[in-house]
Amino acid sequence: MTALTLTNVHKSFGEIEVLKDINLTVEDGEFVVFVGPSGCGKSTLLRVIAGLEDASSGTVNIGGDVVNAVPPAKRGIAMVFQSYALYPHLSVRDNMALGLRQEKQPKSVIEERVEKAVEMLDLAAYVDRRPSDLSGGQRQRVAIGRAIVRDPKLFLFDEPLSNLDAALRMNTRIEIAELHRTLSASMIYVTHDQTEAMTLADKIVVLRDGRVEQVGSPMELYNNPANQFVAGFLGSPSMNFLQKAPLAIPVNGTLGIRPEHLRIVPKGRIKGAVTHVERLGGDTNLLVATDEKEALTVRLFGQNGTNVGEKIELDFDDHAAFVFDAEMQRAAL
Amino acid sequence: MNAARKNPFNTYAAHGALILYTLIALFPVFVIVINSFKTRKAIFREPLALPNSDSFSLIGYETVLKQGDFFLYFQNSMIVTVGSLFFILLFGAMAAFALAEYRFKGNLIMGLYLALGIMIPIRIGTVAILEMMVQTGLVNTLWALILVYTAQGLPLAVFILSEFMRQVSDDLKNAGRIDGLSEYRIFFRLVLPLVRPAMATVAVFNMIPIWNDLWFPLILAPAEEVKTLTLGSQVFIGQFVTDWNAVLSALSLAILPVMALYVIFSRQLIRGITSGAVK
Repeated sequence: MTALTLTNVHKSFGEIEVLKDINLTVEDGEFVVFVGPSGCGKSTLLRVIAGLEDASSGTVNIGGDVVNAVPPAKRGIAMVFQSYALYPHLSVRDNMALGLRQEKQPKSVIEERVEKAVEMLDLAAYVDRRPSDLSGGQRQRVAIGRAIVRDPKLFLFDEPLSNLDAALRMNTRIEIAELHRTLSASMIYVTHDQTEAMTLADKIVVLRDGRVEQVGSPMELYNNPANQFVAGFLGSPSMNFLQKAPLAIPVNGTLGIRPEHLRIVPKGRIKGAVTHVERLGGDTNLLVATDEKEALTVRLFGQNGTNVGEKIELDFDDHAAFVFDAEMQRAAL
Repeated sequence: MNAARKNPFNTYAAHGALILYTLIALFPVFVIVINSFKTRKAIFREPLALPNSDSFSLIGYETVLKQGDFFLYFQNSMIVTVGSLFFILLFGAMAAFALAEYRFKGNLIMGLYLALGIMIPIRIGTVAILEMMVQTGLVNTLWALILVYTAQGLPLAVFILSEFMRQVSDDLKNAGRIDGLSEYRIFFRLVLPLVRPAMATVAVFNMIPIWNDLWFPLILAPAEEVKTLTLGSQVFIGQFVTDWNAVLSALSLAILPVMALYVIFSRQLIRGITSGAVK
């Protein structure tokens, strides 16, 4: 069964078209990540799915029912927000229970489900506290708990980790991944962070300017990007793009090489000088200005003694390189 | 914390300026209160002297309290002020929520139209208002005053509250919608508690002019049984003889209820004014 099907979804605010002809399916139990730069429409798309915005045209189908005219509460979804959005006047327990009370579930069911969520998220010590007495990570866990108790057909996450610090972000990311395994529920996750997208997703949807650029598994997109945008967006440090390539490329085209596919050699096709060195311990990033005045990043594994100002020569395997035409679409090598 | 704030001289200067301002602001009130406890002769002999055993007299208060309707005036003022504040806050907050929250055609125009009332004094329309009140039979009722004051207070209330409501997190309202709360519950349970400081600010701004107003009570509700306190106090001011003891005593008494209301709102008011500065 498909958890979600979007057919020809458009959304405009007045003159401005924010979403242009979105077609998408999410299979049951799939973890789908919407990723793209800010302003690409990913959050709007999530809001359209949630029913917080109406689609200007097209249909939204959740779990087999067309829900265009169904209010958010009756769509069988639950949402986790970037700012947590906990009710400030309610305790942790009541925050989780409110949605079920609105559905007029019997008391025993409410208690049982809240108990289960509290246990799953390790919140037992905080159930009677107010959100203002909790830390950011705890608040986000409560928000996730509020989503779990509703037992939705589809979970929606709107940049849930953006307000957390780096260490907590990593832990919560793992918790969300575990949650997905335990519940085997369908989830849609919006982020602008490509690391979150790569690490969490079964399927990544790359969006730009309200259009879907490419859909696929993380490794498919990484190894086989459809265009220059996708190639540049996924991967860190991001892909190098060279206009003056040492290979035959289309007119006004671009050659793309990932930083880890470049290696320092005594005699290579690219010559340049090191302008900056980032030593991360595990690997070393070199920023290089080529003789053609283009900037490159080289990712070397392990530690490396190269210093700023050194002249180096670089080379790569042809099959690891990507070629893009003047329209930034992928072209054959 | 910067150097200017740590410097003790600056602290003293700031406190000095504030104390000076407080003295200036409180001086007229002080003069009214001390003179209300003096005999008529003492008031004119030495207006700035404190009451002593010779000059002390409660004659003003006795006159005021003997004038049997005084408690009625009090009650009328209270009903009008509290009633108007209630409607200003209720309707103001509702309109502000609609303007801040919903996208609809003419949203901006509607907002500007409502804000127009801030610039045009309602008293310009007094004649028309009086005619309207006469036709609807509301003259000499407290409702006439409550309606006029509500109309007078709404523009500023909508203006201030919609600004605050725009700051309430969208996520919170959306979370409520996903949990199945109705728009009314979102408004009353989620949004209103968060804009409480702004509501208190609006309440205080409106309360004092309404309580002190003489114009509309005089024109719309001059009958004995609906007189407000300020209008009631005027009986002691005659064209040829003014009973200063009674006037000053009445004014001193009139200060008390607004002060009580102010104390109730002030904690929230201070939070409202400083919320932008200290967050």
